[in-house]
Amino acid sequence: MLTLADHILDIAENSVRAGAKLIQIFIEEDSINDLLTLEITDDGHGMAKDVLQKALDPFYTTKTVRRVGLGLPLLRDAAERSGGVFQVNSEENCGTTVKATFGLRHLDRQPLGAIINIIIILIISNSDIDFFYKHRHNDRQFEMDTREIRKEIEDVPINHPEIIKYIRGAMEEGLQDIEPEA
Amino acid sequence: MAKITIDDLKKIKEKVHKEMSLRDGDRRVKVTVHMGTCGIASGAKEVMDTLLEEIEAAKVQDVVVTTSGCMGLCSREPLVTVEVLNAEPIKYEYVNPNKMRQIFKRHILAGEIQTPFVLAKGSEVLK
Repeated sequence: MLTLADHILDIAENSVRAGAKLIQIFIEEDSINDLLTLEITDDGHGMAKDVLQKALDPFYTTKTVRRVGLGLPLLRDAAERSGGVFQVNSEENCGTTVKATFGLRHLDRQPLGAIINIIIILIISNSDIDFFYKHRHNDRQFEMDTREIRKEIEDVPINHPEIIKYIRGAMEEGLQDIEPEA
Repeated sequence: MAKITIDDLKKIKEKVHKEMSLRDGDRRVKVTVHMGTCGIASGAKEVMDTLLEEIEAAKVQDVVVTTSGCMGLCSREPLVTVEVLNAEPIKYEYVNPNKMRQIFKRHILAGEIQTPFVLAKGSEVLK
């Protein structure tokens, strides 16, 4: 994993597999406290307490095709490498929240990467799931909510090329306005 | 440039509505990019970006793109499965943006299976 965007895509794919209907991605850059917070919340089927405890073990996975599960441990390592902390909260049948903090200016913090591309990939390949993206940089904030877009476009599929072009344009513009440091 | 607003969506919707009545949105090909931790780490995101660019450039409407998780062959990632309607799925291994472009142009559009990149024919059976 080279960028934080890679991690976000990876964690969001977990949410997709957990049958989520809404995935919220929240990024907050706080220059004053030198902190970058990444939070991914879903309303999927969640994990029971004993599974949650094992989820951070690289040799635990719910899949049967291989014996390792590296997604969460890799994110935890990336957060801790830059002086941050990592936390997973989950409740069975309610959903899961993955939260990681990073040292914003820490040398070992991975760059944010192509965040717009991964949001587009998530929307295109999971057109039945809603995504809410919020990016805050100190006092400036950008939001993108596919539920609002869906309301406007009615029967046009959200993964229609014209709609995707709109989302990409809106995100590029919005992110330009908040000037992310990451 | 003028700000992109929610009103633009209404215009897009009307435009798309007009176009939709002209053609049927049947899908002919389904392309799956495997996006497990292993796939993402080995470059599936770039492969996906390339595929989306190519689809947009070629202006094709009958190709559906989706993602899936890891299928246990992490060492051969990035993997891409191409399913042409009424044909057996083809799995490509070690895909990169250049191979993806070739697969798109030769296989997805022209129907020629790109044998040198093929890992297997058929769909995986999950235990």
